[in-house]
Amino acid sequence: MATTVQRPKLSLLERSYFPAILGGLWITLQHFIKMLLGQTKVTMQYPEQKWDSAMPEWYRGAPTLVKDEHDRERCVACQLCEFICPPRAIAIKPAELPADDQWSKVEKYPEKFDIDMIRCIYCGLCEEVCPEQAIFLRKDYSITGLTRAEMVHDKEKLYELGGVRNGLVHKWNEKK
Amino acid sequence: MPSLDLFFQPEIFLVWTATLKTVVILGLVLTMVAYSVWAERKVSAFIQDRVGPNRVGWAGLIQPIADGVKLLLKENFVPGGVNKFFFSIAPSLAMIPAILVLAVLPFGSSLFSVPMVIANLDIGVLWVFAVSSLGVYGIVLAGWASNSKYPFLGGIRSSSQMISYELSLGLSVVPIFMITGTLNLGEIVQYQVDHGWMVFPAWFQSGGGLLEVTTKSGSRFGFDLEQTLLWIPMMISFVIFIIAMFAETNRMPFDLPEAEQELIGGYHTEYSSMRFALFFLGEYAAMIAGAGVIVTLFLGGWSLPFIPDGSQGWFWGLVNIGTFFAKVAAVIFFFLWVRWTLPRFRFDQLMHLGWYVFFEVALVNIFLTAGLLAYLQS
Repeated sequence: MATTVQRPKLSLLERSYFPAILGGLWITLQHFIKMLLGQTKVTMQYPEQKWDSAMPEWYRGAPTLVKDEHDRERCVACQLCEFICPPRAIAIKPAELPADDQWSKVEKYPEKFDIDMIRCIYCGLCEEVCPEQAIFLRKDYSITGLTRAEMVHDKEKLYELGGVRNGLVHKWNEKK
Repeated sequence: MPSLDLFFQPEIFLVWTATLKTVVILGLVLTMVAYSVWAERKVSAFIQDRVGPNRVGWAGLIQPIADGVKLLLKENFVPGGVNKFFFSIAPSLAMIPAILVLAVLPFGSSLFSVPMVIANLDIGVLWVFAVSSLGVYGIVLAGWASNSKYPFLGGIRSSSQMISYELSLGLSVVPIFMITGTLNLGEIVQYQVDHGWMVFPAWFQSGGGLLEVTTKSGSRFGFDLEQTLLWIPMMISFVIFIIAMFAETNRMPFDLPEAEQELIGGYHTEYSSMRFALFFLGEYAAMIAGAGVIVTLFLGGWSLPFIPDGSQGWFWGLVNIGTFFAKVAAVIFFFLWVRWTLPRFRFDQLMHLGWYVFFEVALVNIFLTAGLLAYLQS
């Protein structure tokens, strides 16, 4: 059954719009003045202010390669990260270390290590799978470039972003 | 020096002072147009708890120039199927009337005994109404020539909007002429200098009555019985006039021809580049001209209580000019404030307001003023 909704009866003053208009003007003026006096919380002004200090420890940003305190590259080019990477963003070209090298027992090192940041989905599986603690996701989130080539992080760039990490396990050092 | 004397011959003096005034006022007002766009964005942002433009220059103050450069560099696209002639002249028709109105506005008292008005016409108010109503042709032609449905609807809305508010706009100022007895805008301002502003008649040179205070300098402050009685029809006129001005300048509660949400920009949907900018700036120029008319007719023009006019020295002349533009800026702020407060009226509501309410009230107001004047003079 259809029901008739009773419209509220408006007085002549209400029907003249003026009380509502003045009330609205009063509200907007309060917002305007509060903003002028700087009492309103506003959006973070992004490029000048950043989230970085509020970023949690476990934030998953750009994947990077790290060196240990002996300035030795951790990656042994096992290619596990390359195989597990869901979007296949990682491309590694392993190479033999020269026999006279101090760390030749490690056998391999990455001659090329490229991560395509257009493909990367920041899932963190590379970090999880790495047996050598060589690849870590850092807090860099603003990865930009003008060309596709620029968006591929090569080994040099990855080490630059990753830097040095202390206190990692050195499982090969004892097996000299 | 004969060459210098030539400059002070009455006719030649009139020509070069008028030219100078025109150039200065045009420059000033076009700058104000650019900065009222900035003010609009800033005020809207503040009312909505945002920051607004703040990248180009300090607090975004160079933003209007950046906007202008962007619009100039865009492609001036003309869609197929438009009426090219009307499509091209419509933007100018929207901009020019707004600027022409400025010619008769007294923006100051006098400077070095040159009256601060470009054309001191005795039919100043008629000129204002005649010219500012032409602005609607720009919109109607743009809507029609665009050969597109949304601009067409905008044009139709604009023309029917005009016939609904133009009558009450004209009728609402008739009481002013009945009281001041002149159509000359300069003399209307002078009347307000002598008798107090139309919306606040609280000081006077002659007369007397309620609550009179005489200051040391001899100016008198208080409420004149006659002016206080006439204040009632003046307030009615003021409210009707300011609301009709919102419709005249297509500002928010009555911006039906544009109506971004309904008509995708209305009459300027098909326009781009500088042609669009002319519409956009024309709206703001009309707003400044409208604010100037409101200030001149109701808010005392360039006058402030107890501030002498330009005949007391060039300093006071400059103060008067500053006062006028400060008042215009205040009225523009009111326009912006209302825009970011009120929702748009529905179309039938606007017609209803114009025909059933304001027209009648303005008409009754004229008779009320006539009755009061007859009573006061008897």
